[in-house]
Amino acid sequence: MAGLITMDDLTNEQILSILEDAERLLPVARGEIFLPLLQGRILGNLFFEPSTRTRMSFETAMKRLGGDVVNLGDVKTSSVVKGETLFDTIQMVDGYTDIIAMRHPRQGAAQYAQDAARVPILNGGDGAGHHPTQTMLDLFTIKQAHGRLEGLKVVLAGDLRYGRTVHSLSHALTRFGCELIFASPSLLNMPEEIVSDLRSHGANVIETEDLYGSMADADVVYMTRIQKERFADEDEYARCAGAYKLHARHLSEVKQDMIIMHPLPRVDEIDPSVDTTRHARYFEQAFNGVVARMALLCRLLGVTVPAKIEGVAL
Amino acid sequence: MSNEHSMRRVTAIRNGTVIDHIPSGQAMRVLEMLGIAGATAVPVSLVMNVPSKKMGSKDIIKVEDRELTQSELDRLALVAPDARVAIIRAYSVAEKLSINLGEELVNVVRCTFSNCITTNLREPQAHRLKVVQRDPLQLRCHYCGRPQNLGELANNVL
Repeated sequence: MAGLITMDDLTNEQILSILEDAERLLPVARGEIFLPLLQGRILGNLFFEPSTRTRMSFETAMKRLGGDVVNLGDVKTSSVVKGETLFDTIQMVDGYTDIIAMRHPRQGAAQYAQDAARVPILNGGDGAGHHPTQTMLDLFTIKQAHGRLEGLKVVLAGDLRYGRTVHSLSHALTRFGCELIFASPSLLNMPEEIVSDLRSHGANVIETEDLYGSMADADVVYMTRIQKERFADEDEYARCAGAYKLHARHLSEVKQDMIIMHPLPRVDEIDPSVDTTRHARYFEQAFNGVVARMALLCRLLGVTVPAKIEGVAL
Repeated sequence: MSNEHSMRRVTAIRNGTVIDHIPSGQAMRVLEMLGIAGATAVPVSLVMNVPSKKMGSKDIIKVEDRELTQSELDRLALVAPDARVAIIRAYSVAEKLSINLGEELVNVVRCTFSNCITTNLREPQAHRLKVVQRDPLQLRCHYCGRPQNLGELANNVL
């Protein structure tokens, strides 16, 4: 395969097979075993927008597998500030590396980069567009908890308008026959074209503003942050911020095995009282970013993850 | 009023291109898309809103001494997909052409989404819009994947 720009680049079979690779790589991701599958390979980390988890987990994934990483660094001190086009930046990094992970504020930047590059591009988020590596770690987390992806009831809540994470995830869940409930303030509803696209692919979608009333028979509640940086208007932000504040007291009626996820960082949408409940999965989810990206790096670089993981015990 | 009568509102041309069956009111847009809206050395005749049996009313353009190429004409798929085109030589129709909307419009128009990577006009790769559906026309940007607003698209002609 070339790169991973949207989830459409993967079939359901490929998704499940990569998740199985990820499962086997867990001891390597935890640092229990050193398995240098990617020794001699170099990842280019191009983050044109701030990132903590995605950038660090790509770097960790590459290093856990014995590979190396070069970073674009702060955009303010790179050639980008001198007016270099994305095309030229990609031409340069393409020559330095074997694979590129990229985040960019403009939508379509990852596809644009892939068309300009020889090496595979892993889309780490393009504007309000796609974030497929996040989706892979989300699917991994869901499968880890429920043992399957098919037929689950998933509530996606918060900023559904600008949140690229929920855009990619809802497309992927639809492909596995999940029922989707979109809970958001009306200003932050899931874009109409995405909802109609999902429905045309057979999705069962319910849209509501009532998060707490939607959780009773949910298998997954996926919370997102209201992203201040996406609002041009402070007043609009103020009207939406704090719409949902999930607290431990809201969880008394939910299913025992329901899990709460969040791509992080959180602000007020999940109260710390939830952290110690059996439902909280967001910190494991963040860790799963490493193992999911390890499996993706191997797959895109054409490196087979062994059926039995053996390496140097650490 | 017959179609023949409509055509006679402007003189027959000796050599050039006649574009007929343009939707009423779109002739100026067609000239813009062909890049002959401003200063041009060739004579151009234009009639607008003439009666048409097939369309109710239509526009017609005659461009003298210039034979438009198929790829130039394909740019018109956005505004006049059913237009009929005749290449005229020595007052006779030498060739009949139709407008073809392919699978993709390459470097014809720019994506209408304000945050698409292609809005940086210094980026050198081709502007690409994929044809998702022909009737009614639906286009999506190859890069950002956004569905295109056809009304706005006419302002983004390259």
